[in-house]
Amino acid sequence: MSIQVKDIHKQFGSFVALDKVSLEFPTGELVALLGPSGCGKTTLLRIIAGLESADSGQVLLDGEDASGTHVRERQVGFVFQHYALFRHMTVFDNVAFGMRMKPRSQRPSDKQIRTKVHDLLKLVQLDWLADRFPAQLSGGQRQRIALARALAVEPRVMLLDEPFGALDAKVRKELRRWLRNLHDELHITSIFVTHDQEEALEVADREVQMDHGKVEQIGTPEEVYRHPATPFVYSFLGSVNLFHGRIEGETVQVGEDVLSHMPHDFDHGAEVVAFARPHELDIVIDGEAGNGVAARISRILAFGVTARVELDGLNGATGQHFEVEITRARVLELGLAQGQAVRLMPSRLKLFEREVVGGVLQ
Amino acid sequence: MAGASAFHLGGDHAHRFESRAATRETPLVKWLILGLSLTFFVIFLLMPLIAVFVEAFRKGWETYITALVEPDALSAIRLTLLAAVISVPLNLVFGVCAAWAIAKFEFRGKQFLITLIDLPFSVSPVIAGLVFVLLFGAQGWFGSWLSDKDIRIIFAVPGIVLATVFVTFPFIARELIPLMQAQGREEEEAAVVLGARGLQTFWYVTLPNIKWGLMYGVILCNARAMGEFGAVSVVSGHIRGQTNTLPLHVEILYNEYQFAAAFAAASVLAVLALVTLVIKTWVENRAAQSHKDANRDDAS
Repeated sequence: MSIQVKDIHKQFGSFVALDKVSLEFPTGELVALLGPSGCGKTTLLRIIAGLESADSGQVLLDGEDASGTHVRERQVGFVFQHYALFRHMTVFDNVAFGMRMKPRSQRPSDKQIRTKVHDLLKLVQLDWLADRFPAQLSGGQRQRIALARALAVEPRVMLLDEPFGALDAKVRKELRRWLRNLHDELHITSIFVTHDQEEALEVADREVQMDHGKVEQIGTPEEVYRHPATPFVYSFLGSVNLFHGRIEGETVQVGEDVLSHMPHDFDHGAEVVAFARPHELDIVIDGEAGNGVAARISRILAFGVTARVELDGLNGATGQHFEVEITRARVLELGLAQGQAVRLMPSRLKLFEREVVGGVLQ
Repeated sequence: MAGASAFHLGGDHAHRFESRAATRETPLVKWLILGLSLTFFVIFLLMPLIAVFVEAFRKGWETYITALVEPDALSAIRLTLLAAVISVPLNLVFGVCAAWAIAKFEFRGKQFLITLIDLPFSVSPVIAGLVFVLLFGAQGWFGSWLSDKDIRIIFAVPGIVLATVFVTFPFIARELIPLMQAQGREEEEAAVVLGARGLQTFWYVTLPNIKWGLMYGVILCNARAMGEFGAVSVVSGHIRGQTNTLPLHVEILYNEYQFAAAFAAASVLAVLALVTLVIKTWVENRAAQSHKDANRDDAS
């Protein structure tokens, strides 16, 4: 089932949680709502579920306006960050709950319920836990039970509110993969909220990047990562190095230093912010003045194959910190040492006009 | 209540205090504190309890039984039970509603409502009784209207029930509010998303989560309902065989120098109190158990 939201506006007091948001979630896709806390993603999810009501705007489920439909009739599955399992019920009773609450005429027989619950528990690979209570399960197990419970009522859409937020890193990683496989198996239109870019990248077909109650960008996780539309998206999606500068013909002038450019459509003299990911910077030890940005190495962390080099800006970039990722072999080859003055040369730069940044990043 | 939160401090904590050098006290201090509290306990709690039973049986079994089966005593017992049987269920419903409203909804004047719930605790029971006299008594606001309709509230059973309901109102609500606030709304939201209707959600999700707290509140409420003296005394009129509750009956007998009979009636109250305490302890243990489960739930 497709989900559409149109001009959703929601305010808590004077705080605008959602500012005229319009989005479309096509049938069968797994979409991530990504953004920092307070950006409105959870509120949007709860409005789609019907747990919260919008001040204005519409939610369309399968093209039909659902604004007047009560949560319990929307046929959505909702998974909460803290599982919200019924603590006094066994795992079996938790999963059976939705079916047992149906009006008598639609309620499956006990036998049907039993079969279905066991099928679902098998699906989430926890059939052997049917008689346990939630308190006896690990966090990861609880969240899978919560998912099975939501699936039991055969929802038309699945809504997951930071489903892995309360789990530790290792379990989270496992569950992500597991959720992706499950989705490939079931193909229920799903939306999940996360503040973790890696999670979105690994799980989602598409991601919706949000900030301050607005949609910043929509696309496949890779598209968004490769071609961020705004400085906010760029800096949200991973570590960044940024340079403040001015366009000088074919180059970007950063203080006294110069970064060679890539084709761009900025006017001569435009104030810009240039972004580069840590792996998009190279370190040059004997570069000539005027080419690349001068910096001094403050720390070298070389544990694995890649090394992280932290630097403090010199000259025009004084007071700024940079982070570079290069191979450990390269660190040895260059003979880098703490305190050494070097130059940073970007292999790829992403430029934004300075005004756009105003106040967000600085 | 303080008791509700205190009972989680079980032997575990005491043990930890003992085994850690930093918090261990010298034997002298330890025995001094222990001795002081035990002495206090014996003088102020245990002795009166024993005295009640000793005095009750001073003139032997026959006198004791006679004092209890005498019609006025029986009527007092009946009235006491009646007051409890009416006021406890009423406050059960009021208490759950009030706690539900406060814990689960946002509305204007919430803080005021919470303060209002505490009113019966903070006001002297005598004043509570007087209020009802002023409202429903012969000279009261509704006095003439009531006497026109020939309805008697003050100096009659309805007055006693009213006063009891008033005095015991906070017990259940007070017990449930923090409990329900701590549990939040998520489980109920989950139930609703799964298609449960309001009443189903309450019955299958909310109620099982609060049942031990509720039970605890009911027990405290019941204990107070049966033992209430001040407010009931004002509205009762002390009509023997009609508007005397057990505590009032004790007082009357005592004032008439019928000590054995007074203590016999008092012993019935004491037994009721002891039974209540036993049930209360049992409920506390169960509640602590489910609290522990819930904590384990949070910890991981």
